[in-house]
Amino acid sequence: MSEVIVVTSGKGGVGKTTTSASIAMGLARRGHKVVVIDFDVGLRNLDLIMGCERRVVYDFVNVINGDCTLKQALIKDKRQENLSILAASQTRDKDALTQEGVERVLNELREEFDYIICDSPAGIEKGAFLAMYFADRAVVVVNPEVSSVRDSDRILGLLASKTRRAESGDGKIAEHLLLTRYSAKRVADGDMLSLKDVEEILGIQVLGVIPESEEVLQSSNSGNPVILDADSNAGQAYDDAVARLLGENRPLRFMEPEKKGLLKRLFGGG
Amino acid sequence: MGLLDLFRSKQKNTANLAKQRLQIIIAQGRVERGGPDYLPMLKRELLEVIRKYVHVDPDAVEVNLGTEGDHEVLEMNVVLPERSNGSAGA
Repeated sequence: MSEVIVVTSGKGGVGKTTTSASIAMGLARRGHKVVVIDFDVGLRNLDLIMGCERRVVYDFVNVINGDCTLKQALIKDKRQENLSILAASQTRDKDALTQEGVERVLNELREEFDYIICDSPAGIEKGAFLAMYFADRAVVVVNPEVSSVRDSDRILGLLASKTRRAESGDGKIAEHLLLTRYSAKRVADGDMLSLKDVEEILGIQVLGVIPESEEVLQSSNSGNPVILDADSNAGQAYDDAVARLLGENRPLRFMEPEKKGLLKRLFGGG
Repeated sequence: MGLLDLFRSKQKNTANLAKQRLQIIIAQGRVERGGPDYLPMLKRELLEVIRKYVHVDPDAVEVNLGTEGDHEVLEMNVVLPERSNGSAGA
């Protein structure tokens, strides 16, 4: 039985694609057959984060329009053979994705893959709507910052009403909170909303907290999902999140400010 | 914290402020979202009808959708001007 998981947020730039790439890679590394789809028509980026941008021949819209087969459009990851990527189209036609088309492709993917990760575009337009419509679970990516939290609440409202599960009364979509760019130090200083604050405001269960980390940019620079960087805090936090997604019980890490040595404390920095 | 920071004045706890602001605006958003799409239009038209007979302020008409047990209740409250004989509330 395969599962469709949407990675969504409302607001842009909070880490949806970074998260989609790492969750997909993490699930694949654990032996599952995974496909990750970029729903951001016109603004394709998942291919860059996954490091396969030069291997895109056909895209999601080509498959929907029947220009190619699904198999031709799927890009096999070179690091993990049971992971595939379906790139977004760069067309400017915002109606290129249709509900019937998306459903058809997802049904075909369900036959082959255990997990289908849908990387949603920002906003609440058609692309975002279609990315979430067929989902069984949702990972809501949130930054501890007012506009991101407010937009996420809006998305939670849509998940509860504008999805196939909601419409058919087929049970609620499971909603998971993934808090990214978290700075334990700023939370301790009272400058940043804490995990508890965000949980309280949004009322959903936490899947993971990804600490603000330099390695995220370095990973995207090199086209390697940050979860592959086992030395980085962000990579480890993503690995924990994937384990929790699969039902493992793991305590949250990186929730306390790092203790600094005396010299650093005196002279600052870091 | 560097040595210099020790001499700076302590900043306010802005995270708390963010939380309070979010709680208010999100609660308000949820109420609006819960209501049917026609609610604002219904309110506007009701106001027009009422104004044919009595002169009331736009904000004197309040239309709310709530739940009471199993029922959904559409509640309308009209505050009439003081010298009118009509009764308020419906």
